[in-house]
Amino acid sequence: MARTPQIVGQSPLRKEGKAKVLGRAQYVDDITLPNMWFGATVRSTIPRGRITSIKFDPAIPWHEFTIVSAADIPGENTIVHLAKDHPCLAVTHVNHVEEPILLLAHPDRAVLPAAVAAVHIAYEELPAIYTIEESEKKEHIIWGEGETANTFKTYLMQKNQTPIPDEIWQEADFIVEGEYRTGAQEQLYIENNGVIAEYDPESGVTVRGSMQCPFYLVHALTLVFNLPAEKCRVIQTETGGAFGGKEDFPSVIGSHAALLAMKSGHPVKLCYDRAEDMAATTKRHPSRTRHRTAVSKDGKLLAGEIDFAIDGGAYATLSPVVLSRGTIHAPGPYLWPHITVRAKAMATNIPPHGAFRGFGAPQSIFALERHMDKIAKTVGLTPEELRRRNLLSTGDRTATNQLLSDPVDMQHLLTKALRDSNYHAKRRQFDHENPTSTIKRGIGFATFFHGAGFTGSGERRLNSLVEIELTPEGQPRILVSSTEFGQGTNTILCQIAAQTLHLPYDQILIAQPDTTHVPNSGPTVASRTAMIVGKLVERAAQSLRNTLLASSHLSDNYSTQDFRRAALRFLAQHGPLKAEARYESPGNIFWDDETYSGEAYPAYAWAVYVAEVAVDTTTYAATVTSFHALQEVGKVLHPILATGQIEGGIAQAIGYALYEKCLWRNGHLTNNQMTNYIMPTSADLPPIHVTFEETPSPHGAFGAKGIGELPMDGPAPAILNAIEHATNIAFNEIPLLPEDIFERMTATPDSGTEDLNPAIAGPVFSEATA
Amino acid sequence: MTTIRCTVNGHEKTIEAPPMKRLLDVLREDLQLTGAKEGCGEGECGACAVLMNGDLVNSCLIPALQVEGARITTIEGLAIDEKLHPIQQCFLEEGGAQCGICTPGMILATHHLLEKHTQPTLLQIQEGLNGNLCRCTGYMRIFEAVQQASLVGTAK
Repeated sequence: MARTPQIVGQSPLRKEGKAKVLGRAQYVDDITLPNMWFGATVRSTIPRGRITSIKFDPAIPWHEFTIVSAADIPGENTIVHLAKDHPCLAVTHVNHVEEPILLLAHPDRAVLPAAVAAVHIAYEELPAIYTIEESEKKEHIIWGEGETANTFKTYLMQKNQTPIPDEIWQEADFIVEGEYRTGAQEQLYIENNGVIAEYDPESGVTVRGSMQCPFYLVHALTLVFNLPAEKCRVIQTETGGAFGGKEDFPSVIGSHAALLAMKSGHPVKLCYDRAEDMAATTKRHPSRTRHRTAVSKDGKLLAGEIDFAIDGGAYATLSPVVLSRGTIHAPGPYLWPHITVRAKAMATNIPPHGAFRGFGAPQSIFALERHMDKIAKTVGLTPEELRRRNLLSTGDRTATNQLLSDPVDMQHLLTKALRDSNYHAKRRQFDHENPTSTIKRGIGFATFFHGAGFTGSGERRLNSLVEIELTPEGQPRILVSSTEFGQGTNTILCQIAAQTLHLPYDQILIAQPDTTHVPNSGPTVASRTAMIVGKLVERAAQSLRNTLLASSHLSDNYSTQDFRRAALRFLAQHGPLKAEARYESPGNIFWDDETYSGEAYPAYAWAVYVAEVAVDTTTYAATVTSFHALQEVGKVLHPILATGQIEGGIAQAIGYALYEKCLWRNGHLTNNQMTNYIMPTSADLPPIHVTFEETPSPHGAFGAKGIGELPMDGPAPAILNAIEHATNIAFNEIPLLPEDIFERMTATPDSGTEDLNPAIAGPVFSEATA
Repeated sequence: MTTIRCTVNGHEKTIEAPPMKRLLDVLREDLQLTGAKEGCGEGECGACAVLMNGDLVNSCLIPALQVEGARITTIEGLAIDEKLHPIQQCFLEEGGAQCGICTPGMILATHHLLEKHTQPTLLQIQEGLNGNLCRCTGYMRIFEAVQQASLVGTAK
């Protein structure tokens, strides 16, 4: 066996990094095609209504423009995700502000804004709804009918498919209830959504652009254009951040640009500016979670009822799967003898919400980790002790009845995280200092997990395929539709191939995702790339190596030159060589979509995050002053990239908790600018201490699990737990802005402290005895 | 149209452009220098940052007219003969670039910072870069890159 240097677990230079630091990486707006025109979108200005007339202001020379309406769509007028409820262009009715109605193209980009403003659309307005509560009332049905009225999806998840026995509620020492809310959040990738489309009557449609999932767009185009997949080509260009915001939305903008290209006969570039991107594209689903928990006096969770509701916006898009992940993560990393989760995704007249890093889990985990601190306070235990008495460990079964056969040691993670952050000493110190200080300091934490890969039987359905070919120069090149948008896909997949092929990292190439050349390795989402696609790359690389070794052109213990020579000889003798690997479901994985039980995910990442905060009682601003993130993620393939992923996710989650608020008025996002939608700057963030523990998973490449979404889950509840420690006020809604803190801290004494709600407590609990 | 003469990355340029055309568009459309990116178009994100007479500016806020006689340095002007500038090298090695869209502006902001403070404190780095938004990194790898660059020494 050849001894190759260890590449996996090292931090080689990012594969496309040189082009990025030189400013040469080509993002879609950097690309100009010959005879290219520019596109723009005419959008609804009202949240809900019937279109009564469309008039074109005669001051505009309309003959110079290409104008596309729904009547120009050769196939189905739908943007397909999971359902066909979402029109590509509105025809008779609109269901949200900014809904696309017409498309314009012109050779001069500069004339388009005035032209868009010169299309006058009149409406007969219909009543609109904007909140989960309004949607639940069903006074106005804006989507579906009967059972599905205003409801995109519901789930009922019960441990062992049995309801919670009544005696549990009667005999519990405490019953603790709570309601928790999270707001919408903008992905705020620095590169807006954008594409360039071309159309040729013979070869079909080509769309290149900024995206996560090229084959999702292929699927969307096949329906809009009524073309076979071979005639819908999609190429991912360098993508300037995505975070889920370029998972489902490129199907919309890609279809629009392609329609303009078809009708105008020109390549058409359609790139949104910031204001349009923020107003019209998807955001994280707002949520409301209600907990009712039966607890024994020694702090054991006896049963939990969780009602989880998300606001999906006007069309279903990905809401059913966002809801699914939120549902499965709602019970957290705890052992529940009985649990019932009732979940629903509701329709409102807000632009559709979509994928965003964490995908439902940050919402339900926020609720649970705040609720755990409330339970601790009610029972009279520390937040640490309550969790210690309930954490899952190896051999336990999760809420979906999944047996945790891989080693899990949350007790150890908790001990280490609290030690690393000096939690106990800080808690004592702040308790001592706060009474005499105008700056109230606090420390809090969250314990959580995040499942890697598609949920349940999702990976089996995706049936992903990976190929590695030999280039004519004899170099291995990875062919996948998995995209790079900053997380490091190119780099880690090349590391895995290099290690497996016993070649240096710089010898491995990776193809630009172009659906005519790469197989469908699935979407680049769900923390699945390192684990699922990485494993397929490992297997394909192994197969390529075996083929060459078996061909007698290559023998063990080869050098790079030996490999190159053998590859060239093989190609000369046998023609092109492509090794492939297709996903194979591990035999012991079972999932039942009907009962929501079984192996929800092949592997979980486990984490304890500790936040330290300071609340200034003069300005009422809360700031995070230090952050410790400890996680067990399987094998860390690339320490620098992995650390960067965690730090970046925590920064986004700090924004989610304390800064980023979507302000809606009658269905319009009123702060659709970076000026008034505030994300953390370099001056706003605390030192972030990232530590990994590695328990290799048998399911991932070299033992890797997923890490991309994990850091979005824990910070918000850890921060609000710390703020409760600092202020003794329980805040249960994010984002938490200074005005919210001001309101509670300056309110009358009754409302200034947490109400532990004796009315809904169990038989022995009352506030006096708590 | 106005005729504007300026120096871009050491080369004399004469540009015919409407006087209020944004420097960002002049660079990207007239000079095909696409390293400066438009992130917000209102001077918040710094993705379009360039150096103008040694100052860090958001090129989306600079009208072409104002560029008359100025010295402009863009990301394309930093590396010499394919050799990365030390700041670029440090960003590459320390993981300071993820998706890369903020990177050109961030590197120019770093260049400007290190000219003012050759050995900046963490606070000076945080303040020096706070006009440049990054959504990927949480800035920590960028701070590392800047600190490394300050150790390597970049003043030339």
